[in-house]
Amino acid sequence: MAETMYDKIWNAHAIVERDDGQTLLYVPRHIVQEGSRFAFEFLQDRGLTVRRPRQMLASPQMSISTRRRDIEEITNPDQRLTVELLIENTRKFGVTHYGLDDPRQGIVHVVAPELGFVQPGTVLIIGDSHTCTAGAMGTLAIGVGATDVLHVLATQSIWQRKMRSLRITVDGILPEGVTAKDVILTIVGRIGANGGKGHVFEYAGSAIRAMSVEERLTVCNMSIEAGARSGMIAPDDTTFDYLAGRQFAPRGASWDRALRYWRSLPSDEAARFDREIHIDAATLAPMVTWGTSPEDVVPVDGRIPDPRAEPDAERRAHMEKTLGYMGLAPGTPVTDIAVDQVFIGSCTNARIEDLRAASAMIRGRRAVVPAFVVPGSTQVKHMAEAEGLDVIFRKAGFGWGEASCSMCVGMNGDTVGAGKRCVATISRSAAGRQGRGSRTHLVSPAAAAAAALTGRITDIRKMGA
Amino acid sequence: MEPFTVLDAAAAPLDMSNVDTGLIIPARFTRKPRRSGYQDYLFHDLRFRKDGSEAPGFVLNREGFRDARILVADRNFGAGSSREQAVWSLLDYGIRCVIAADFGEILEANALKCGLLPVRLDAESCLHLRGLLHAEPGARIRVDLAAQRVTGPDGVAYGFDIPPFRKTCLLGGLDDIDITRQHDAAFLAFETAYRQRYDWLFDAE
Ligand code: SF4
Repeated sequence: MAETMYDKIWNAHAIVERDDGQTLLYVPRHIVQEGSRFAFEFLQDRGLTVRRPRQMLASPQMSISTRRRDIEEITNPDQRLTVELLIENTRKFGVTHYGLDDPRQGIVHVVAPELGFVQPGTVLIIGDSHTCTAGAMGTLAIGVGATDVLHVLATQSIWQRKMRSLRITVDGILPEGVTAKDVILTIVGRIGANGGKGHVFEYAGSAIRAMSVEERLTVCNMSIEAGARSGMIAPDDTTFDYLAGRQFAPRGASWDRALRYWRSLPSDEAARFDREIHIDAATLAPMVTWGTSPEDVVPVDGRIPDPRAEPDAERRAHMEKTLGYMGLAPGTPVTDIAVDQVFIGSCTNARIEDLRAASAMIRGRRAVVPAFVVPGSTQVKHMAEAEGLDVIFRKAGFGWGEASCSMCVGMNGDTVGAGKRCVATISRSAAGRQGRGSRTHLVSPAAAAAAALTGRITDIRKMGA
Repeated sequence: MEPFTVLDAAAAPLDMSNVDTGLIIPARFTRKPRRSGYQDYLFHDLRFRKDGSEAPGFVLNREGFRDARILVADRNFGAGSSREQAVWSLLDYGIRCVIAADFGEILEANALKCGLLPVRLDAESCLHLRGLLHAEPGARIRVDLAAQRVTGPDGVAYGFDIPPFRKTCLLGGLDDIDITRQHDAAFLAFETAYRQRYDWLFDAE
């Protein structure tokens, strides 16, 4: 029978199926960060041990400081403790740990593909909702909570229910100034914040095929924002070229065998998806969120929507409340919105291509509002510095930090003040996400850089050269 | 896990849809040690004002609702981040059952695994129940897991669905690791074959 890629990976990892529809999946790849402290705590309370520590990696990402690579820089004692516990737990159980002094440290969703640790046709588990990022490698990447992390630590497997499949086909060529971020914001807007519930997405079509791995990672990263369990993209030569030579990538004869498997993964021509959505790339525009949900999205040349025009009462109530929180009036042209600060970072958009795109906007101009750039991993940071991107940013008045989640979650003093408006490249604009009372607008890296230069939300298609 | 059989307790109405996990527990509290309890972080930014005093309008701060062990919400309760601390903060506060029209998927799964019962009723029934609770703060709702039945303060009963397996686990207080261990022979046989078939994944060892 014709199978989707999701079917194939699922079947290759199914150990037993229970009559309630739950399947025990084998977990070849598992990554932990500071959030794992509870799982390790429970593991030890129960007298258990890590079953396959060699199939794991660990790196701190969220609690650490962007100022210096030093635990002492973490001012909040609870946060510091999580970083110390990660060191202690990984040492105790023999898990490879890329700590603050390691050039491979970073946000795990950036590090996993960067090191070739996540490979096509595998199952990856991380105790974090943006695990779906790695689906861009042709992987079933599932984000879970602490109880499931504990289960994976103890058993190297996980109980899952098979989801329905939804294929999102984006065909055509993206217009100038429209990025992968704009594609996924459009998709989340169209499907809705909970519209992908119960599904695993497969992104397909010529526009997706034309994307680099980094762009695909941005797309898959926000699958969770549409409510999906995960999102994935069939591996192809772009994926294989990206993987070749990376630390965990197979070599020699192993590579050839792996390649044969990877090439068998794409969904069969005749495979049927439970749902299909088609998007014409040529119709897309740069997108901006205006509300507290990533589905609250408009084209940058549009206006803030008017709740009075919304027929659905519940949606209307959400819009009114959101506009109040965001301090926005219906009908306002998006490009009239003044911003207080800018953040370029996160597992959504802090890979090297993102930083290149942002720095390319600068062209000798200066930021007129506080702007902060935080690479997604230490490797990205080193690469950017080797290319002189840090100098471009600094000269333009942007801050340049050490790799971490930083202002994506308002940690370690990297926050947005109450009532302040931040244009950010992150994945979520929830109320208070970047600090209590913070107002967040999600955009692409180039658009974020442009906003820093103009002090307002900016249509990068109209930025003079 | 503490077994869940019958819960007959005060319930509180939460008239909000799309309550995401960031509202249930703001990210800045998610690093707190588990053993000291998460009850104070539940709905923190709704429950407390900036100076730390109680926000008088919030339902759990109102008489009759403070000791609620059941929450009746609206649509899409617990969407957003996968943080399980959301479930812990509910449990530590004393809430063992949330009734809503639907749930964020990860939250629902986490809840079932930690012994918090998510009950799905249609939006109208949720609205009706919330109305009754508003009319009579402190009113009780009875949740009978074995019978899969919720009975409102007005005596009207509603059936609900739960996967039979999860039901057994909750009734017996069994967790996933206990169950997986029963499949250990299958696991080991599977793993041996897997490691042969995809040996390159294990090259680095
Ligand atoms: S960058 Fe933001 S979204 Fe990504 S893992 Fe860190 S906190 Fe989560």
